[in-house]
Amino acid sequence: MNDPARPTGASAVTAIPLARLIEAFHRLPGIGPKSAQRLAYHVLRAPQSEAQELADALLDVKQRIRLCGLCQNLTETDPCGVCLDPARDPSIVCVVEEPLDVLAVERAAAFRGRYHVLHGHLSPMDGIGPEQIKVQELLARLGAPSPSDTAAASALIEEVILATNPNLEGEATAAYLARLLVPLGVRVSRIAHGLPIGSDVEYADERTLHQAMEHRVPLGDADGNRISVSAPPAAAAEESDRSAQPTP
Amino acid sequence: MPQPHVYRTEAIVLRQRPLVDADKVCVLFTPLHGRIEAVAKGVRRTRSHLAGHVEPLTRSRFLLAKARSLDIITQAETIDAFPALHDDLDRLSRGLYAAELVDRFTDSAADGTRLYQHLLDTLHRVETADSPDLPLRWFEMRLLDDQGYRPQLQQCVRCESPLRPDGNAFSVPAGGVACPECRTGLIGRPLSGRAFKLLRFLQTAPYEQSAQVRIDAGLGRELEGHLRGAVELALDQEVRAARFVEVVRSTSADVHNGKRAAAPFVERRAQGED
Ligand SMILES: [Zn+2]
Ligand SMILES: [Zn+2]
Repeated sequence: MNDPARPTGASAVTAIPLARLIEAFHRLPGIGPKSAQRLAYHVLRAPQSEAQELADALLDVKQRIRLCGLCQNLTETDPCGVCLDPARDPSIVCVVEEPLDVLAVERAAAFRGRYHVLHGHLSPMDGIGPEQIKVQELLARLGAPSPSDTAAASALIEEVILATNPNLEGEATAAYLARLLVPLGVRVSRIAHGLPIGSDVEYADERTLHQAMEHRVPLGDADGNRISVSAPPAAAAEESDRSAQPTP
Repeated sequence: MPQPHVYRTEAIVLRQRPLVDADKVCVLFTPLHGRIEAVAKGVRRTRSHLAGHVEPLTRSRFLLAKARSLDIITQAETIDAFPALHDDLDRLSRGLYAAELVDRFTDSAADGTRLYQHLLDTLHRVETADSPDLPLRWFEMRLLDDQGYRPQLQQCVRCESPLRPDGNAFSVPAGGVACPECRTGLIGRPLSGRAFKLLRFLQTAPYEQSAQVRIDAGLGRELEGHLRGAVELALDQEVRAARFVEVVRSTSADVHNGKRAAAPFVERRAQGED
């Protein structure tokens, strides 16, 4: 017999529907038993409309949210708003691990291309391989053989920016993707590594400092010209080429 | 002996798993305390001072605080970041394999200091060796020895007659090599004469000598199959990172464009047999 409402111990004093709600909250990530109780009692004391709103929102998200067929981000429409936006550059795709990463990149507002959400990273010791994340879907967008390949979408992509997390598993994922993507003849880049804004050199670990040195940004050239820090490296190079040319 | 409230140790970080918020649990392998699970607070934040020092496959000095459930990492400072291992996917995959073996074996590890030194040596070798696979094979042989699963390579596991190089089979469940007469009816795989000699060599020779042996791709794969079988039997579970090694291996040919063979062991064709 496996009745959760079995009147033993502490659960004997809690009504069955309330125990069920506490149990449901407790299953959510980061919610301990005490928090689950607090949330459940809050719902109990809240007006009917608030409870209804919560219930509707829960069901709605399950019924209406799906994955965009192109970028795999969570969306209500397929393709999603970002993939359909004519103002965005379809030739650049930024690859991230999670939908929340898309929001973070969007908040920075520096990127006007499209995305690809992997829904995870390679995790060798947990048995998470390329088949468990959206790698095939990325290759399909680049025209690699796949049944779901749509030629119109794939022909456009010229650069893939790998923006997986700069930790071991994110790096492994990026390195693995680079191996698959480079032979496809697409430009592949990795987001820069270095010291976070507001941090201290003194506290930086070896690898971060090493990477920060490797990916240092030029501020001026040997001819005494200043180089703009904010321009992306490619644009900065073109700019200095152009400014060098007119003088005959 | 009661533990002090705060203690120092060096450790190799074997793996991490997410905890609540920006915290992670780090699995540390230490020379004196064995395997420790400890909380690294706030390491998912970009401003964390700790994050870079507690990454998997990093050797660091730790200051840990005893807590009711998991100890808490209060300070960490890198001793060895194994940069060349982290920067090369082939080497990284092998490093993770070694770390997973230790992670899974150490519940029962009797002698932590010795295993610690073996792991440390192995990571350095995986980082620098021509082939990152041979260090793993040598490491597997040491693990099997230390854990009491030393494969029987001198005499037949059944009739106990001394073994000759050819026609044998390697039987994982029987614990070693079966002679041509006894191999039928035993679960096992054919063992080539070259693999037989190499297994015997790995079992007794120091790493530096083992590293001198020239091993081609086929032999490397055969050796890998036999030893992985033995290791997985000892663990009674699959080594998950092995699949990752396979995945990485399948991509190395495209990238290195012949600069390096796709095979697990570097084949020196120029000096090789024809
Ligand atoms: Zn989309
Ligand atoms: Zn026999």
